[in-house]
Amino acid sequence: MLRVISIAIFWMCLSSTAYSQGNQSPKSSIGATVYQQYCMSCHQADGGGVPRMTPSLISTSYVTGDKKRLITILLQGLNEPIVVNDEEYYNPMASFSFLTDQQIAAVLSYIRTNFGNKSTAVSAQEVLQLRKQLSSKK
Amino acid sequence: MKNIVLLLLSLQISFFVTAQNAVALKLPSGFTSQVVTQEQGRVRHIAIAPNGTLYLKLERLRNGFGIVRLRDLNQDGVYEDSLLFGNYIGTGIAVKNHFLYASSNNAIFRYALDADFQPINPTAPGRLVYGLVDKGQHASKSITLDNAGNIYVNIGAPSNICQVEDRKAGSPGSMPCPILDSAGGIWQFSASSLDQTYAQGVRYATGLRNVVGLDWNNEVNDLFVTVHGRDLLFQHFPQLYDAKAGAELPAETFYRLKKGQDAGWPYAYWDQFKKKKILSPEFGGDGIKEGAPDAIEPLMGFPGHLAPNALLFYTGLQFPKRYRNGAFIAFHGSWNRNPEFQEGFYVVFVPMKNGLPTGEWEIFADGFTGKDKIMSPREAKHRPCGLAQAPDGSLLVSDDVRGWVWKISYPSK
Repeated sequence: MLRVISIAIFWMCLSSTAYSQGNQSPKSSIGATVYQQYCMSCHQADGGGVPRMTPSLISTSYVTGDKKRLITILLQGLNEPIVVNDEEYYNPMASFSFLTDQQIAAVLSYIRTNFGNKSTAVSAQEVLQLRKQLSSKK
Repeated sequence: MKNIVLLLLSLQISFFVTAQNAVALKLPSGFTSQVVTQEQGRVRHIAIAPNGTLYLKLERLRNGFGIVRLRDLNQDGVYEDSLLFGNYIGTGIAVKNHFLYASSNNAIFRYALDADFQPINPTAPGRLVYGLVDKGQHASKSITLDNAGNIYVNIGAPSNICQVEDRKAGSPGSMPCPILDSAGGIWQFSASSLDQTYAQGVRYATGLRNVVGLDWNNEVNDLFVTVHGRDLLFQHFPQLYDAKAGAELPAETFYRLKKGQDAGWPYAYWDQFKKKKILSPEFGGDGIKEGAPDAIEPLMGFPGHLAPNALLFYTGLQFPKRYRNGAFIAFHGSWNRNPEFQEGFYVVFVPMKNGLPTGEWEIFADGFTGKDKIMSPREAKHRPCGLAQAPDGSLLVSDDVRGWVWKISYPSK
């Protein structure tokens, strides 16, 4: 029972963080929730990543640039070391293809418009299209 | 006269810079600390020669070099004379019997030292070992030597918990774990033969996910190691582990190793509360069932994810007697204790006698981060990473954020 309560409190804290950032569409609140559930432990609450391990999501073209490259990373994961803003990062990222198109679009829109990033949103349609393209290549 | 003014001015500037940037270390009563070098880069492990010459191993090249040799020629307590050499990054470094040993992420090199413990030919080391597993994750190769001509190297598992798909929620564990053939353990090599690889080495101990701290204990003549435990218990198994449990578990562990022993990774982890080896959930565990019955138990478990990066047995005479033969452990600090604050950017002391702990661990040196609370590790100004015992019995602590080294002393009254 205690655990249920503590999980509930944890989620309440998370959603209050999501809403306290203010001025967000319901869609980016979904993005914040997905971020906190699946991304935050590695990419950190501030999006800054972990030196040597997990890349920063701040001010990098990987996040704010080409949407297809970004969506592909979420759908396929990343198993090679990556250099982001002159820093090399080593931990692999698993595929998050189990998330829905809506969830992926929301979380990518969230990271593209938070942590100081000012880029465009990603739509579920764009995720769906790429998912189809990638699976037809296999 | 002009020169003297300039000199005074530059001294003042450097003093100003130091005072501006210094963090205040918290130490037990009677201990003092001094910054002996700063801004040396990503300094991982450090080694000191009997005459005080200090060697730093860099994780990122500086001007194309990965080793720094420092000397204090004017004897003012601060290292002012430096030499850069070695064209590879890495973590491991050791001085033994007029040789300097240094590791890249896949090889070990040896440099002959002269009577003053300076490298005779810094551009042409002997290559002792090559071809070790280096896949980025857990690739650093820590090293230590025994007194019988052997060198020990950690080969970290390039994996979190040997899943079929690394770090993917729901991916099962590989049974048996194929990684253990060439990683996830300590390998022993000759400290003098050139061009060895796996075929010439011995898998000395296995079931060790990623040892970063290791030291040979001369009191009991055995190898001791500190291990980085697995990640993602809460994130991958929220039905079994709540966020708090995921932050605390599994323990970071401290082992005494004998040849041939198995510490249980990836099949089981150490639960420091239950004091049991618990079966990993990727291999059928539920957070309660025990696992790896044949694996050894650690000497001690620390809170999860603190990242014990260096181990040093204190043999000096300078510190109070209770420190002798005890273990100092430099923790790098955590990144995955969210939603808790990150923890563990400090040096710990474990009192020991005859190779066994005689009491609980205690924080020895803290304050490296310059902040009370750390949410994300990159907020830390400094992170402890390496340890060395100076000839006078002081303890040196290195930092791999900005490359500072502190000397911690116990001045006699």
